[in-house]
Amino acid sequence: MTAGAVSSPLPGASPRADTAGRPAGFWRDLTSVAIRALRQIPREPEAIYPALVIPLFFFAVNVGTLSDVASFAGVSDFKAFQIPVAIVFAVTGVSRASALVVDITGGYFDRLLVTPMHRTALLLGLMLADLALVIALSVPVVLLGYVLGVRFATGVAGVLVFLLLAGLWGLAFTGFPYAIALRTGSPAAVNSSFLLFFPFAFLTTTFLPLDALSGWLATAARFNPVTYLLAALRALIMDGWALTPLLQGLAAIAGVGLVSFVLAFRSLRSRTSRR
Amino acid sequence: MAQPAITAHAIEKRFGGNLAVAGVNLEVAEREVYGFLGPNGAGKSTLTRVLCTLLAPTSGSATVAGYDVLAEPTAVRLRIGVALQEAALDDKQTGEEMLRLQGRFYGMDRRRTAARVAELRELIDIGDALGERVGTYSGGMKRRLDLALALVHDPQVLFLDEPTTGLDPVSRASVWAEVRRLNRELGVTVFLTTQYLEEADELAGRVGIINHGAIVAEGTPADLMRTIGTDLVVVDVDGDLDRARSTLGGVPGVLDVGVDGRSLVASVDDGAKAISPLALALAHDGVEVRELALRRPTLDDVFFSVTGQRIAEEDGTVAR
Repeated sequence: MTAGAVSSPLPGASPRADTAGRPAGFWRDLTSVAIRALRQIPREPEAIYPALVIPLFFFAVNVGTLSDVASFAGVSDFKAFQIPVAIVFAVTGVSRASALVVDITGGYFDRLLVTPMHRTALLLGLMLADLALVIALSVPVVLLGYVLGVRFATGVAGVLVFLLLAGLWGLAFTGFPYAIALRTGSPAAVNSSFLLFFPFAFLTTTFLPLDALSGWLATAARFNPVTYLLAALRALIMDGWALTPLLQGLAAIAGVGLVSFVLAFRSLRSRTSRR
Repeated sequence: MAQPAITAHAIEKRFGGNLAVAGVNLEVAEREVYGFLGPNGAGKSTLTRVLCTLLAPTSGSATVAGYDVLAEPTAVRLRIGVALQEAALDDKQTGEEMLRLQGRFYGMDRRRTAARVAELRELIDIGDALGERVGTYSGGMKRRLDLALALVHDPQVLFLDEPTTGLDPVSRASVWAEVRRLNRELGVTVFLTTQYLEEADELAGRVGIINHGAIVAEGTPADLMRTIGTDLVVVDVDGDLDRARSTLGGVPGVLDVGVDGRSLVASVDDGAKAISPLALALAHDGVEVRELALRRPTLDDVFFSVTGQRIAEEDGTVAR
């Protein structure tokens, strides 16, 4: 019963039976948070409908309107060119940040804070659930591509790497909405965080390859990490195993992830500090 | 002999320029039910959050279950159960899922958690609803589940921040019954904040009255009431309040006369004996009396006598 004693009590401490609780350990805390988050998802399907519909909608519209134009810019298979775009649209900005705000405003977050759990697990557990979710959200897009005849030059292994990159990108991006959720505790602020999606998703090679862009958009695209992510994903489908785009894609994900995680974990620390 | 369950020494908590808790000293014995009574904004919740390791005090120190809240928060967290003001639940999960998850956070294995959930199911009288999503629960059920969640790991000290605010009388009575049972049968120390005088009177062995961040009176409910006389005679006056007051003050046996709106409240040792001389004196001095009543003092009267305010006046939510 006393396994939880982290340090010895003061002299003359309570003779009553000690608590049944003990610290669960980091990994158990992490999976506890992730399990709860994953359990919530199917019970609130309306929260993921946009992530299912938006990529398919844009895919249909982009392919329908731009296939011919793109062929002038040297894109022979515009469907294959657009599948990575659909994936990025599906996974960017998907997070449990809205649910986290509900926890904060409803008091459940405080309930978690009075348990002995690790503070970082509060956020990492949600991110773990996000990773699983965004990979799941990528699958229908890949299937759609398959049905429409898009084949991977890199084969099945390429599909797996493709899903992994998509998942990591989705994960890297979650730090932004989480930072906003933890910093403000405001549902409206979290809803507004989807605005971040636009510059990342459109100031890049969404519609045409980098060579076909000009002026300020070309410059913006060169600085946009999504450009390199799309290049890596497109290479997996159209070119085969090419190291440079893959490494650049990973570096882009890592860069964005670093910034967003630093913001998110700083916000977590300020939210959980006892000031 | 035994270590106190809670000690607080000169706790101060400042938010910017606002002093929410202004130097509170406190000692709660093991197995005691301590009621912390005060109006909204008096600092009750802030002090509770300090004791629950959610806030660090600006200055001062506190121990809970023998551990320092600042230096050893994890040791404290393992030994406290907390139900804060709002029922802090997750509408998307079932009651049972929430309880099991709570067990995981306290490192309890599956078997132990299952056994505990079975016990709590009985204790909180929630029955089959435990399998339903929390979103479908009534306010009273949510409160009881909230209480059960605070108890999963068998804590030594239970913090209840306004446990019955917003509940209907039936649900309130059932929460009171649970709290009494927990304290009596399981020996749980209870630290309870409330703005309901009746609640403090019903549950607490000892009451501290907090106003503007400081404890202004402390003792058993009976002791506190005794400090303002055994009985109170309340006189509603139509005319000159000051004249009526001096009339009452001159009657033998009257300990003190307070003014409460258009009423005068005379503390007396023996109401039955005092009431007719009081009535006669008022009639003799020509004071127009609308109503004259004899009643026992309540904690509200204590609150009024130490703060000069009624709890009901400050927050407007407590019906008198």
